[in-house]
Amino acid sequence: MRPGTIKQILLITDGCSNQGEDPVVMAALAREHGITVNVIGVMENDVIDDQGMREIEGIAANGGGISQIVYAKQLAQTVQMVTRKAMTQTIQGIVNSEIQQILGRDVTMEDLPPEKRSEIMEVVDELNETANLEVLILVDTSASMKYKLPTVKEALLDLSLSLNSRAGNNLFSLFIFPGKKNGIEKLLDWTPKMESINMLLPKLASKGMTPTGPAIREAIGQFNRKRSLIRGLLTRNDEGTFEESV
Amino acid sequence: MKNPFSLAGETIAGKWHKNRYVLKKPLGRGANGVVFLAAALGSGREVAVKMSGDNGTIISEVNVLKSLAKARGSILGPSLLDVDDWVRDGETVPFYVMEYIRGTHFLTFLKQRGYAWLPVLMIQLLTHLEGLHQNGWVFGDLKPDNLIVTDSPVKLRCIDVGGTTMQGRAIKEFTEFFDRGYWGLGNRKAEPAYDLFSVAMIIINAYYPERFPKREGGLGQLKKAIRDKEGLRRYESPLIRALTGQYAAAGEMKRDLYALYGQERRPGERRRSQGANPAKTGDGKKGRMWETVIVVLLILGVYALYIFQQIQP
Repeated sequence: MRPGTIKQILLITDGCSNQGEDPVVMAALAREHGITVNVIGVMENDVIDDQGMREIEGIAANGGGISQIVYAKQLAQTVQMVTRKAMTQTIQGIVNSEIQQILGRDVTMEDLPPEKRSEIMEVVDELNETANLEVLILVDTSASMKYKLPTVKEALLDLSLSLNSRAGNNLFSLFIFPGKKNGIEKLLDWTPKMESINMLLPKLASKGMTPTGPAIREAIGQFNRKRSLIRGLLTRNDEGTFEESV
Repeated sequence: MKNPFSLAGETIAGKWHKNRYVLKKPLGRGANGVVFLAAALGSGREVAVKMSGDNGTIISEVNVLKSLAKARGSILGPSLLDVDDWVRDGETVPFYVMEYIRGTHFLTFLKQRGYAWLPVLMIQLLTHLEGLHQNGWVFGDLKPDNLIVTDSPVKLRCIDVGGTTMQGRAIKEFTEFFDRGYWGLGNRKAEPAYDLFSVAMIIINAYYPERFPKREGGLGQLKKAIRDKEGLRRYESPLIRALTGQYAAAGEMKRDLYALYGQERRPGERRRSQGANPAKTGDGKKGRMWETVIVVLLILGVYALYIFQQIQP
């Protein structure tokens, strides 16, 4: 198995959406595009209400990713942990489906004796180190998230530090929402290094709107756009994304 | 495993190897699982059982423990005894069983037995790390919480190998205070210097049991923290070398810690050697070494004579 590309959306939010499509549905759509959606819910002193919690868990469950609720000061450690865990999960999923192709539909890794599992885990670890990763970070800047942005910046620098210590290549991009015309707004285009990050916010007219669903839908498009750009540069066979093997 | 602590008292049975263990009490809970003190049914031997909802975590750690066992002489981590699955109400819980290391937590030990033990324990730790590094690994998540000191003889052991990473890869697991990336003093690539940074932070942590938050970060804040504590000042030179990645190998840092003992034994000389030409202390060391060599040679000579006489009829 040669290393392919893992695609993730990392949504950082502090509560419930209130405009546009259902974000849980959009997360399921992202998954169909081979993109995993992870969610980090950030609290300051306020707790996230039940409805917000359900939505956060729903997005991660349907986006094939991981969700975690944290206080702002734990954000840095959490962002890198969630991203790496989700990566492992994706790779394990792929390895599992490979196993099923060989051993039959109902066999999973847990059905193998521990000794065999050890060998498979070495493959998973190896892929974790060498796979290419694309992470689109999507930050909810409505209302109370605004003053948490310096913390978000620190967390993202920490993330790039962790991931750039791997052998595989990384690409990051950063979007915030709601932006102009309630869409998502690009703060950082696809880049291997996040040091160039600029957290000076453009003038936003948030009006208390949190269109999480539309934001995820638009984020999916950001991957596709970039892919078609790469397609133009490479032949189809050289791409080797993970989607093809799933 | 919604509430793993409620499992105390249960007997777990392995699906593959059929061994059974009675869970006695939880020893600790981390991000990736829970560790229980348990007794092996039959032998009654006390063991530690680690369980996790995450299959990958268990298997990864087992792989690390296995390769540590292959690396002869390194007793840094606990030895691995069993790996299995426990099927409970249709849910499979992977677990592994390791040697139970009975002892005192590192910081508690220092508080009870005195800070004179700190350099000895750190030298022991560096010896372990030297072996680990030579075998191509980096410990990763080094911190006082993962260090246990056993009694008579006093030995330092590490109890959690969750962060242990193959050299050249990205560190698997870390704790911010002990992570050079967090302080802005390096990346998270697994190399010996990564562990040595953590060793320096463990020494600092010994004098700041509550730790301290990052403010401006960087070497400046850590330097100030070192200078603000009377006890830490004597470690300043090796600490700063470790914090800035100047040690390529554990052995180099160990030598500098040994040198601290030399200073302590001769308190009269200590003042003079401070700020003086460092070559001077080097000479003193050389002199002591010659003394040792002469004594050893004398003993060997006497022993040879003794053997010679025994052989004579």
